[in-house]
Amino acid sequence: MDLQLLIVIIVDGLIYSSYLFMVAVGLTVIFGVQKVLNVTHGSFFAFGAYLAATLIGVWYNAELPAFGGFLMIFLAAAFLGVVFGLVIERGLLRYLYHRDEHIVVLATFAAFLALEDVIILIWATDPYFAYQPMELLGWTDIAGLTFDNYNLSMVGVSMTIALIMWFTLTRTRFGKILLAVIFDREMSQSMGINVNKVFLVTFMIGAFLGALGGAYVAPTISVQPGIGVEVVVLAFAVVVIGGMGSIPGALIGALVVGISRAASVHLLPEVELFVIYAIMAVVLVLRPEGLFAPPQARKI
Amino acid sequence: MTRFMDKTFWGLTIGLVVILVANFLLEDWLRFIGLQSMARGAVALGLLILWRAGLVSFGHALFFGWGAYAVALSQKIGITDALLGIIIGTIASGLLAFALGFLLRRYRAIFFALLNLAFSMILYGVLAKLEVLGSTDGIGVKQPSYFGITPEGANAHITLFCFTAIIVYIVALAVHRYLSSTLGAMTIAVRENEIRLEYLGYSAEKAIHVKYVFSGLLAGFGGAVMALAVGHVDPDSMVYWPNSGDFVFITILSGTGNVAATFIGALAFELIRTFAFDYAPQIWQLLMGGTLLVIVMFLPNGLWSLTEHLGKRRKSAPSPAE
Amino acid sequence: MARVLEVHDLEKSFGGVVAARDINVTIDEGETIGIIGANGAGKTTFVNMVTGYLRPSAGRIEFMGRSILGMAPRRITTLGLCRSFQVPQVFGSETVFENVMIAMGIAESRGPALLAPLFAPARAARAETHMARYQIADYRDVAADALPQGVRKLLDIAMATVRKPKLVMLDEPTSGISVEEKFGLMDIIMAALREEETTVLFIEHDMEIVERYVSRVLAFYQGEIICDAPPAEALEDPRVKEFVVGQELHRSTHGAEETGNA
Ligand SMILES: Nc1ncnc2c1ncn2[C@@H]1O[C@H](COP(=O)(O)OP(=O)(O)O)[C@@H](O)[C@H]1O
Ligand SMILES: [Mg+2]
Repeated sequence: MDLQLLIVIIVDGLIYSSYLFMVAVGLTVIFGVQKVLNVTHGSFFAFGAYLAATLIGVWYNAELPAFGGFLMIFLAAAFLGVVFGLVIERGLLRYLYHRDEHIVVLATFAAFLALEDVIILIWATDPYFAYQPMELLGWTDIAGLTFDNYNLSMVGVSMTIALIMWFTLTRTRFGKILLAVIFDREMSQSMGINVNKVFLVTFMIGAFLGALGGAYVAPTISVQPGIGVEVVVLAFAVVVIGGMGSIPGALIGALVVGISRAASVHLLPEVELFVIYAIMAVVLVLRPEGLFAPPQARKI
Repeated sequence: MTRFMDKTFWGLTIGLVVILVANFLLEDWLRFIGLQSMARGAVALGLLILWRAGLVSFGHALFFGWGAYAVALSQKIGITDALLGIIIGTIASGLLAFALGFLLRRYRAIFFALLNLAFSMILYGVLAKLEVLGSTDGIGVKQPSYFGITPEGANAHITLFCFTAIIVYIVALAVHRYLSSTLGAMTIAVRENEIRLEYLGYSAEKAIHVKYVFSGLLAGFGGAVMALAVGHVDPDSMVYWPNSGDFVFITILSGTGNVAATFIGALAFELIRTFAFDYAPQIWQLLMGGTLLVIVMFLPNGLWSLTEHLGKRRKSAPSPAE
Repeated sequence: MARVLEVHDLEKSFGGVVAARDINVTIDEGETIGIIGANGAGKTTFVNMVTGYLRPSAGRIEFMGRSILGMAPRRITTLGLCRSFQVPQVFGSETVFENVMIAMGIAESRGPALLAPLFAPARAARAETHMARYQIADYRDVAADALPQGVRKLLDIAMATVRKPKLVMLDEPTSGISVEEKFGLMDIIMAALREEETTVLFIEHDMEIVERYVSRVLAFYQGEIICDAPPAEALEDPRVKEFVVGQELHRSTHGAEETGNA
């Protein structure tokens, strides 16, 4: 394999991994704390993309300072995090925590279906393009190949997210509370932790991250109906591979999937679509808890 | 309770007669909805068996699509007979389920659900890329022949409908019988307590494997019928993950109380979808999702629980599969 | 008398914890054996190994003259060695009658017969008799989850004995039962098992119960059998007094408040 190809695979893979991490980390946070496999995560992504594209369009049409476009991306995600936290967690999930896990997945699937149309009601079916931030950052030559800086910046954003999450979980009070809730819900409740509040806040964070994934990707894609559908299963795959509920797991899962997808795109395009799910299946078979969660024994 | 001709038997028999008569009166689009309901209902019946064992598959589009493609491919080698095609589709998926079952029987809960999803997405990825199978365009399926006769025009669907209705009737009765058998009762044993099941002398994994093969056969059957009804197979409308979601949707909508409910649920599903799509194309998914949410929140045991609300008798009937 | 169970040099350790060491036991037909020992002494582990739930690290196990080492619980069950559990293992959502029917259906069917209807009238009649024998017929239509603890224990044992096993092992049949009810419960169990001519081994903390029902005592301490003798002799053994009975007295004064709410 020649060097150039290797570099393309690595850089493409890293970019794709970063994108996957952004999308998957919110899903895994919500699963870790609430034990809910949240299909509406695809909606968060899609809404993030749409809202960011709209705001970016407004921003540049008003000819405001160019770098403000990035502000719009974060603004869109933060806004959606709060709204979805209230609507989905307070409005729906909290009535379902005592129900069977399959029922909860299905309820989020139902909400996902409904939200697909809400998107069309708000934004209609024509695609949106918000290329300006991408144009703004220009490009870089690496070993004779051209990469968009915007795509490369995704690596930085993901790393920042990972660092902030790590810091929050290990160094802050909220992190300790979260770990307590993850470890034993009832126990933490009896210790005076307001579990409802923790659930709401985590869900908002998860939704924010999902929306941020979409918002940040928006400038690089054509934002159109259906973009959330693929993202859901992709994020599932990443989270399963890494270990459901584990943040380092999401990182590893994203890297595994991102690099292997990039490798298959450049080396064996025929397998591109299923390589991710093949890895997911292999991991589930060999280590159903994922690469990052310890297996648990059962006693009678 | 163990009589062969119980309420479900009569319900299904009357249902069969009604829809066979209706078949000749219905407009073509309604007949098509009926066909689709029977196809998807069959898959949901397979999911019902798993559901009673406490297992949910988010990937039964795998067996649905596998059965559908099996029919399409069997035509390529010259098999045009409907019955033969359906048998091939059913068996093909049954075999696939048998093979995968050795693996899946070891998994429970969300892992079982997701492993199924992974396998269905692998098939999706393969089919979408395989040029010989038409990639994302899929392949066409011709009108089948019935024991040497090939009906034309409107008769094609009328015949297929009759044919499917009769097979579905037999299959539904068989599943009903199965659920009230000792092996069928093990669905509950698996769900409630595997350790006890082992210590009663039966392998929980084996019980799950059997159920998985049944569900695969049923999904393959559904896929085969769908392929013949639509006249076309492709990855997106048969194997992609939202299809698996539809099947679970129907299972929830119907409730797991009775095999007949599954087909009523499937019909309701197809009707809601068709009407929503025709009259409110902008918000059909909103209506579908809304319906599902209402069911999940207010009718946790599906439409079937309505009948139980109406006739509160039970208690004296001990059979877990009345 | 025929030999039912023979266990030689059984060993088991979990990581650093030795849960069984040097276990040698033989059980003859018709015996009633009580296992005593403090919590964590390895009593359940012994039952788990003999019934195939756990694989011993070393040793031999023979049931009715054939080796059952390495067999799955379901194989051992079908050979006629059954068990009940410290925490009853029943099908919680189903009624008592349904539980017994499922148990009987599985015990009575093999191969294609599994596809015959579970609720056959003949089987239902047998189930009624079985429930009557264990005095749980009054709860026939109550879901197992909703049963009082004592009845759930009886149901667990009734399910374990639908096969008319040669040997049955009961793991703490009276745990979680108030002191007043214990004897009544044991009377029902022992009467039913005698009627079925089943050889019995049960784990018990209450020495009065042990004295009253068993013909032989096995005392466990830290994974070893420190005494194997008739009850009168065993309860006078100094090691048993020190490591088992002493601890039990301690335990029962402690456990008094806990049993109060059971
Ligand atoms: N599956 C297991 N894994 C690890 N340790 C175990 C397991 N089962 C039992 N043990 C340990 O073995 C010892 C004996 O346990 P057990 O047989 O349950 O005692 P008891 O006499 O109270 O029934 C205890 O120290 C227990 O913690
Ligand atoms: Mg014990």
